[in-house]
Amino acid sequence: MTALFTLDAITVSRGGKRVLDGASLTLHEGERLALVGPNGTGKTTLLRSLIGLETVDRGTLTAFGVQPRGEKDFRSVRARAGYLFQDADDQLFCPTVIDDVAFGPLNLGLSPRAAAEKARETLAQLHLSHLCDRITHRLSGGEKRLIALAGVLAMEPEVLLLDEPTNALDDGHYRRLLEILTDLPVAMIIVSHDRLFLHRLATRVVALRAGKLLPAAFHSHPHTHDHLHIHVEGDIAHRH
Amino acid sequence: MNGIAPRARLLSAFILILAVVSLRGLMAQGAALGLALILALLSGQAVKPLLHRLAHVEGFMALLLLMLPFTVPGPPLASLGPLNVSAEGLLRALGIALKVNAAVLLGFALLGAVEPVRLGHAARRLGVPVRLVQLFLFTTRYIELFRDEIRRRREAMRARAFVRRSSLHSFRSYGNLAGMVLVRALEKAQRVEEAMRCRAFDGRLPAIGLDDRGRGEIACPALALFAGAALVLLDRMP
Repeated sequence: MTALFTLDAITVSRGGKRVLDGASLTLHEGERLALVGPNGTGKTTLLRSLIGLETVDRGTLTAFGVQPRGEKDFRSVRARAGYLFQDADDQLFCPTVIDDVAFGPLNLGLSPRAAAEKARETLAQLHLSHLCDRITHRLSGGEKRLIALAGVLAMEPEVLLLDEPTNALDDGHYRRLLEILTDLPVAMIIVSHDRLFLHRLATRVVALRAGKLLPAAFHSHPHTHDHLHIHVEGDIAHRH
Repeated sequence: MNGIAPRARLLSAFILILAVVSLRGLMAQGAALGLALILALLSGQAVKPLLHRLAHVEGFMALLLLMLPFTVPGPPLASLGPLNVSAEGLLRALGIALKVNAAVLLGFALLGAVEPVRLGHAARRLGVPVRLVQLFLFTTRYIELFRDEIRRRREAMRARAFVRRSSLHSFRSYGNLAGMVLVRALEKAQRVEEAMRCRAFDGRLPAIGLDDRGRGEIACPALALFAGAALVLLDRMP
């Protein structure tokens, strides 16, 4: 198994505060790693430092077999590791969906025509072709998330870094996202508070505590509680 | 100069800048620049941001200074093809440069260390219309937000392997970035306005009683008045 990312005791500070303090981690090919931890413990910082949006103060970061130093090295890392931002609104900036999805492929050096083709192909794979010519900032929240994901996937990344991908998704978009990610053969690091989602997807769990990464595990035990849901028709008799 | 009340600073800056812009002779203009420079250095703020701000001003001025010697009529000093450089125009350009720099330095010296919110409240107490104060306060509040927005978007672009080049793709991407920041700013403003209305905003911001006391409430504007009058006198004396 090849290691895609290796962190060896890295230290990262944000705003003068040491957020990661001796965090170590290896992401292998084909792995889907769940990263959990309370708010503000540095999960997003960890993802950002993998692609050089945060500077590693100490320790070593190895990405795809090399130790990137400086912006130039990280460019090639970013071309291979796709990062899905927590807020899709931060990611979508082109007027139309097709432009936005083609943005990454264009950056990778594809011709405008090939990039548009690649974008269409990616949208079709994700069953999102109907959104192709829509205006990005008028999409619904769930559509924005999926289009942002399409923009990342159009670059054919080897690793996906997902920051709270299920935030504020309705059931339909949630299922769609789960299906898409389940079918993808690429390695992932998934930051989420959604245990069910992580359990369906992840092959391994690590927890971030006090700046360090600790191995964790899913635990499941029988547990009964009411199944709360909402019926459009009101409180009618029905079966499950 | 620490501990001087914001409204005393604001009033003093207003008096001095008013005096500076009325100056006509090079001597008084030079003296004003000297005074402003001394005040800026005395204010005890870091010099680097000052130079940064001045660089912006100089860039803005450059065009004017290049144009004036050619466009103001007067006896020609030298000629460049069909264009004449007039002594009159050269003097006026120099005067404008001196006055603008003096005004910027005065603003920096007296107001640079005051937090924008305090400055807004001080202006309100000095009788500046509440709409203008609100505009000022919102602007200072949202500049930071804008910067953050642009920074996050640029990060998102970099995360998708964007590299700045002088290519059509680069130009188009920056155009899209600028457009989207504007669209988002408008939407954000609407959302903020809605949220404010939900909290019973009726167009007036209550003036929260920020502590505006400090030293030199009288002495500082008096000194400014004295210095301003001296400059004007120096200028108007035969």
